[in-house]
Amino acid sequence: MTQPTSFEGTEQYIASDDLRRIVDVAVALERPLLVKGEPGTGKTLLAHAIADSLGMELLTWHVKSTSKAQDGLYVYDTVQRLHDSRFDDKKVDDISTYIHLGPLGRAFASDKRVVLLIDEIDKADVEFPNDLLHELDAMRFVIPETGEEVAAKQRPVVIITSNSEKELPDAFLRRSIFHYISFPTRELMADIVRVHFPDLGAELLEHAMDSFYALRGVDGLRKRPSTSELLDWLGALMATGVAPESLREHVPMVGTLIKREQDLALLARAAKGPGGRGR
Amino acid sequence: MSADHRQGAPFAELLLGLRGAGLPVGLTEWMTLMGALKTRVIKPELTDFYRVARAILIKSEVQFDLYDQVFAAVFGDAEMPTALADELMSWLDNPKALPELSAEQLAAIEQLPLDKLRELFEQRLREQDERHDGGNRWVGTGGTSPFGHSGYHPGGIRVGGSGRHRSASQIASERRFQDYRSDRVIDVRQMAVALKKLRRLSRSEGQPELDLDATIDATCKNAGELELILQPPRKNQARVLLLMDVGGSMDPHARLVERLFSAANGLGHWRQFGAYTFHNCVYETLYESMWAQEGVSTEEVMRTLDPDTFLIVVGDASMAPTELVSPYGAIDYWHRNETPGIVWLHRLRRRFNRAVWLNPLPQSWWRGYTVELVSQLFPMMPLTLEGLDEAIDHLLRGKPAPVGELDPSLIRSSW
Repeated sequence: MTQPTSFEGTEQYIASDDLRRIVDVAVALERPLLVKGEPGTGKTLLAHAIADSLGMELLTWHVKSTSKAQDGLYVYDTVQRLHDSRFDDKKVDDISTYIHLGPLGRAFASDKRVVLLIDEIDKADVEFPNDLLHELDAMRFVIPETGEEVAAKQRPVVIITSNSEKELPDAFLRRSIFHYISFPTRELMADIVRVHFPDLGAELLEHAMDSFYALRGVDGLRKRPSTSELLDWLGALMATGVAPESLREHVPMVGTLIKREQDLALLARAAKGPGGRGR
Repeated sequence: MSADHRQGAPFAELLLGLRGAGLPVGLTEWMTLMGALKTRVIKPELTDFYRVARAILIKSEVQFDLYDQVFAAVFGDAEMPTALADELMSWLDNPKALPELSAEQLAAIEQLPLDKLRELFEQRLREQDERHDGGNRWVGTGGTSPFGHSGYHPGGIRVGGSGRHRSASQIASERRFQDYRSDRVIDVRQMAVALKKLRRLSRSEGQPELDLDATIDATCKNAGELELILQPPRKNQARVLLLMDVGGSMDPHARLVERLFSAANGLGHWRQFGAYTFHNCVYETLYESMWAQEGVSTEEVMRTLDPDTFLIVVGDASMAPTELVSPYGAIDYWHRNETPGIVWLHRLRRRFNRAVWLNPLPQSWWRGYTVELVSQLFPMMPLTLEGLDEAIDHLLRGKPAPVGELDPSLIRSSW
């Protein structure tokens, strides 16, 4: 069985030509791939698709505002050791039993090449990406408690997503490959929808896309509806059996597309204005 | 070798072009690209080189457009990006210096009502057919005609350029400061790093957490009998109120202020963070965004926020004197403020004793009556990295002296 060498997207994930090439380049150059784009354009799903397509295991590190770079490498469970020494008859001399590798550590230690997803790196502290620079560059680190060195047997494919909540440090950017997932064109969007809803009628799709892109075009929306919202909405439309022509007059279940109260108010105001479609 | 050399030429041109356009392409990225070319990761075709080089060299989608233009200039027949070539704009682009005006000259400059002004402006635009500098009638630069820019007229219409005397009653200019890099004094990240220092740690609230070091110490002293030491977590108790001027004269600085806002907002490390906007001066209402129609009452904001809140005001403090010291002086025609702006600023300052004013204008431009009055109330620092650092040091410094009463003679209803 031969392993595919280039990323082709998957049945569930339609990637543009550009994105497919950039993934290949990042894999070949062994550089982290930084992916940005509007929320809901499939940044996180990309890593899953790459893992599927290249037949590799996926390790995920969901970054939170409290995450520290160290957590990705390893955690030394001192409390457990203290507990064991006091209440259990276990031997506590061997510190390595209390060292738990984090996602980055596991990606290095793995015998096979894996895909490592560092999700929403901008959620963490501003210094977080810089703290990872050395480890991502050298693909190795030392655990001082045991003196053990964890070095990558196979350099993992590193996919990093960012929602641009915070600016990333220059030094970090210089070392990564960057791709911006632009919002899908109508044609690509139609392909994506067909993958998820093969039974969707052409007429409903046409009308739904009209309404969807019109909504996205409304000025001043704080959060414009994206692919995932469109898919949810289409699912809801199909489940309730809406007549395709009725979409011209009225957008049902607008709450699945527009999530913010201010945006709903804005739409209501826009609808009242001249040329609006009423309620 | 010579073939290699020839091949390298357009690539070097691309690097120089990108850097010349102000894109922060460094050698690290360049070496990566060269490595990719050498190892044949890039397919031997221009379209593939285009997208792969972009992924390696450019790290922000806002710079893609500039990359496209430089790329097209180097590898295609397209021209290098040039500034807009509108004829009127090009006359106005290189302003002639304004000669110093005597008091009589100033007095002689007629002050026209706004609708008359607009009418005249349109009429003169129709009549004018060449460049004018230093005159008092045509649309041009450096003169005392009410139209054009870099000139002096108490209530003129600005056409292009930036307002030098910053009191044009209306801006007839498009926003010309669209360039991302030229005004890039500090970026969001640097601001965030500076703002992070604004903290006040205390161990008062929240779920207690285990203090490992203290636990180990106590357990050792206890001859191995486990003793857990718990402590409330250290939390940042700092509250920050950010007030931003979004009036017309702040347009050139919109990006900078936006950056400060996103740095402060994105940091998420304060106990409470409030941000509001105002036009030129603070009155009874503050707005949640530039476009908000309905605002919140300034009094309400003052009442609900702890007096210990750090107040950061961002504005150029440049306005017509009436806007600051006169009742009903607000710039918006339909806005009828009974209480002059200076009283509101004074109230804010008294409520929040730890306050600074960040001014996006370079320090050498801090002239004029209103800037002087405001800087007597608020410690004023420039909105640069050093200025921000200084402001934060100032906010954190010991207990500031209380603010005195406002001198009532400052308030004037007639001029």
